[in-house]
Amino acid sequence: MTVFYAFCASAIIACALHMTLSRNLLRMLLGLALLSTGVNLALFVGGGLASRQPPIIEAGAKALGVSSDPLVQALVLTAIVIGFALTLVLAAIVLRAWRATGTLDARDIDMLDQRDLDAVERSVE
Amino acid sequence: MSDALILAAPVVIPLIAAAIAILLRHRPRLSEGFAIATITLVLALSGMLLARAIDGGTLAITVFGGWPVGFGVSFAARMPGAMLVVVTMVIALAVAIYGHASIGARRRRAGHDALMLAMIGAVNGAFLTGDLFNLYVWFELALLSALGLLMLDRRERQVGAGVRYAAFGIVGATAILAGIGLFYGIAGTLDLGALAARLAGSPPTVATAIAAALFLGGFALKAGLFPLHLWLPASYAPAPVSVAAIFAGLLTKMGFYALLALMAGIFAVASGGIGAAQLLPVLVMIAGATMLVCSLAALAQNDMRRLLAYHVVAQVGYMMAGLATGTREGVEAAVFYMIHSMVVQTNLFLGAGAIHRATGSWDLSATGGMLRRNPIFCCLFAIPMLSLAGIPPFSGFWGKILVFREAIDTAHYLLLAAGVVAALLTIFSVAIFWSAACWKELRGRTPRQLPLSMLLGMGVLSTATMVIGLMPGWIDALAKLSAAALARMGMFA
Repeated sequence: MTVFYAFCASAIIACALHMTLSRNLLRMLLGLALLSTGVNLALFVGGGLASRQPPIIEAGAKALGVSSDPLVQALVLTAIVIGFALTLVLAAIVLRAWRATGTLDARDIDMLDQRDLDAVERSVE
Repeated sequence: MSDALILAAPVVIPLIAAAIAILLRHRPRLSEGFAIATITLVLALSGMLLARAIDGGTLAITVFGGWPVGFGVSFAARMPGAMLVVVTMVIALAVAIYGHASIGARRRRAGHDALMLAMIGAVNGAFLTGDLFNLYVWFELALLSALGLLMLDRRERQVGAGVRYAAFGIVGATAILAGIGLFYGIAGTLDLGALAARLAGSPPTVATAIAAALFLGGFALKAGLFPLHLWLPASYAPAPVSVAAIFAGLLTKMGFYALLALMAGIFAVASGGIGAAQLLPVLVMIAGATMLVCSLAALAQNDMRRLLAYHVVAQVGYMMAGLATGTREGVEAAVFYMIHSMVVQTNLFLGAGAIHRATGSWDLSATGGMLRRNPIFCCLFAIPMLSLAGIPPFSGFWGKILVFREAIDTAHYLLLAAGVVAALLTIFSVAIFWSAACWKELRGRTPRQLPLSMLLGMGVLSTATMVIGLMPGWIDALAKLSAAALARMGMFA
């Protein structure tokens, strides 16, 4: 079972990396969101898929019985929140780029760099 | 004041202050004063923390839930971290003073002060945390606040830089997260000390190798090491210059600190630990390539900010060379170089901003006349310039000597050759920069006079460089303590 999930995670990560390399910024954004999902799945599988028992140590026992590791789930929760925030910020930036150029092609966005915007800098200071 | 408060202060105070600064953002003067006061307070507290860390022992606390150290998320005043917090705060203070002239009311209303304080809190958090996952969280917070700072003017050109910075940053952070997952699977803990203890003496496996590769990739991207350096000059150039200066001083070094903690601390490459034989040749190649490629690339630049950004990366290559020699003295050299480089790189960017203010151009060919018009500026700017070039008695000379000596002692002659060639290229590049910006006459125009706050901000950092250069023994003693603390990281668990 674990091996199956591991393959799933690696397949998701592979798809995500392929999409990240795309020149279309929207595809890149979705790729990055998928990337963090894939890694979260890998983390989650790392905690063990042995049982659905809650991680509570029985009265009198010294160690946790058959149960998944709760710490990994806490890590995944945190990572989901962070990934969500980053995706949102990047989405806002991509939206700004689209408004500025009317395109989502990375090459056109790159052209913004080449324009001489020294005058802009001067007006700001 | 209690130990726990001093330890938490450099992280918690800037974060709380960031929240308050958001409320103050419509009162630019007030918010600026508040930011400077906060930074000064944290600088004083971090000095006390450093004194405590030098005294011996690690000061460690856990922050949530009352778990014992080793189980909960812990903060620890280990040696390189506590010292780097002090350097961070000195840089932050200098940049804040300089910012009085370069960050106007519009940028402050856009949230400059809050973002800057949040970034400082995140950097301090990364230097002080004792937990690997927590380190990842601080990197993400630094990424987010740096993104905000980078796109402060919301100009079109900054958008391209922002997309690039965010995309590279997220990929790097995800690689680190995957490495953390593997580490937890291997060792069952994420506490740095406990991890080092668990891995010590165990043979390298496929899992540790993949984890090492993921961490190396992720943090090398953050530190801007070759071949993952390409995003850095492109992202730094469009940012407001005082922001680019603090990025140059703090963010790449934060990545390198994480590499130090992992490679020298957990994988213990400096004391023949797990996988040293496999890791060190890779580190040597990365270091050599970074030094050579980036100092060559700097020669080809005409934009001052791009030129300096390539030097930022090339200097990280020297730190990597120290680490790659695989001895405790090598780590010591890397720590010394890191402290020198943080101060100098920030100061160089501040200087470039001042030249732009005076001559109205970022283009080296369109600048000039600084020496005649702003002699005080030139005195202040010569110090980081000569230090970057590695001329004695400035701090860069001592850093390079330490790295080169270690390369000779461990018979890494190719690494030594790469370092020497890169140093010559750097001297060449500095000479071009200096003669273009300061000696050359500016045709048809006279450069403007510089505001006092710019000179003051640079003065703070130039003085720091002189202190390191004239009393290298002190910093070296601290670097030695750091290398020792990294080598016995596993014994605290």
